[in-house]
Amino acid sequence: MFERVIRWSRKKSPWILHLNSGACNACDIEVVAALTPRFDVERLGVLLKATPRHADVIVATGPVTRQLRDRIIRIYDQTPDPKFVIAVGACAMSGCVYRGAYNICGGLDQVIPVNIYIPGCPVRPDAILDGVVKLLNTL
Amino acid sequence: MKFQIPIGPQHPALKEPISIRLTVEGEVIKDADLRLGYNHRGVEKLAEEKSWIQNIYLCERICGICSHSHATCFVQGAEKLLEIEPPRRGVYLRYLVSELERIHSHLLWLGVAGHEAGFDTFFMYTWRDREVVMDLLEMISGNRVHYAINTLGGVRRDIDETLRGKILEGLAVLKARSEYYFKIGAAEPTFVARLAGVGPLTKQQAMDYCAVGPMARASGIDRDVRKNDPHDFYNEVEFDVATADSCDVLGRTIVRIKELFESYKICEQILQKLPDGPIAVKAPRRAKPGEVVSRYEAPRGENIHYIVANGSDKPERLKVRAPTLANYPATIEILKHGFIADVPLIFAAIDPCICCAERSVELVDARSGEERTLRFSDLRRMANDRARSLSLQRNVAWPL
Repeated sequence: MFERVIRWSRKKSPWILHLNSGACNACDIEVVAALTPRFDVERLGVLLKATPRHADVIVATGPVTRQLRDRIIRIYDQTPDPKFVIAVGACAMSGCVYRGAYNICGGLDQVIPVNIYIPGCPVRPDAILDGVVKLLNTL
Repeated sequence: MKFQIPIGPQHPALKEPISIRLTVEGEVIKDADLRLGYNHRGVEKLAEEKSWIQNIYLCERICGICSHSHATCFVQGAEKLLEIEPPRRGVYLRYLVSELERIHSHLLWLGVAGHEAGFDTFFMYTWRDREVVMDLLEMISGNRVHYAINTLGGVRRDIDETLRGKILEGLAVLKARSEYYFKIGAAEPTFVARLAGVGPLTKQQAMDYCAVGPMARASGIDRDVRKNDPHDFYNEVEFDVATADSCDVLGRTIVRIKELFESYKICEQILQKLPDGPIAVKAPRRAKPGEVVSRYEAPRGENIHYIVANGSDKPERLKVRAPTLANYPATIEILKHGFIADVPLIFAAIDPCICCAERSVELVDARSGEERTLRFSDLRRMANDRARSLSLQRNVAWPL
């Protein structure tokens, strides 16, 4: 019973942290666009939080630059368990157009474990919505 | 008693990683220092490995908000090097997307400014209306953010009569909404009270620190590449350079709203005058050796691309000077006399696009693993020191 209540509460209010791991800003504005009236993920209980200590889900965009790598690991460690990571966009999946650049680690999964990948360059807000819903369904 | 407050790189105020170190005395900021390079991906180096046509897609991904600006700036330069002239219809469609992008960027900024000023309703309003222009861009180009409409020698997609009608309808909606925003920006007492007088930058300071774009125009300098050094397209349309004299964040807001109206005007003229004919010409694969500087007025200010060709199908060098980089010195000057509470607002007012501006040099000391970001002057000093410390060899025989 207690387990079910916890699972229900997790499903109904995933708080997200928006993390830019060296992205070109396109996925980031689409993440923000997903929060605004047209798409409005807040109606699903999703709330954008500013600090990793409050967040359940890390929404990360970008191919992970060298200088940010340690910071991303630190942010991941600061997030309380259970935590989930969504890799938004082709960059976070594999590096996209920057693949081969000297300052790129080439994908978020090189640094931290990832639960859901959302493809697209940039992803559409509806795709982000779909990804969040799919993540919640796995809980 | 002085304190240092580090902000960032991951922080709530901005969506992108940048680190600001503020030295404060009580509430007042005494000194500010920016740490860049968190978003440095090595685009310039990567551009040397890609062909001219591939580089358009790379340049688009320098920045997500002004993607078309970077692509157009690159294409303008590359077309000069490849010695091709895009057809008139192609040029018109290219700059139609440019102006629509300016509209989307300024609406986005208005929302962010509202959010930083604690006016979240305004944020939601502008972002809702921004979807109108996003839809138009999607109908024209097929994508919401990276339009990929540019190609060497023109554009990739044409518009038809029904789409033209839809664009005009969308512009009418946006125009009505923008008038409402202008009323809020200029007359809503709480909003004006929050923005007026924050982040002062006098005309002289703006000139000294080489501010560009809305930042300079809000300090009374009518500097706009579209007027000063225009691509010949901008001579065919009528528009004014929006300026304000209040030299503060309120002025920067007003300038951007006024620019929205100018962009609507330009879009309508483009759709009226749209010439018939082809949209693109075929481009050669190789460019003759040469160099070119391409200037373009991005939503945030003047964007400069410097391209060198060496006769192959790849550029030898691509140098990008994004407008945000030009605005950093002025921002630091503004921050120096502001309050901590105004930092997000001041910083948002330059409309920072951090991923655009990440072109710095970072040195890693191989022995200690220490990372340092150096200025050019430091590098030069290091080089001189090293040259001086080398044991001098006299009367060395010339090896050849």
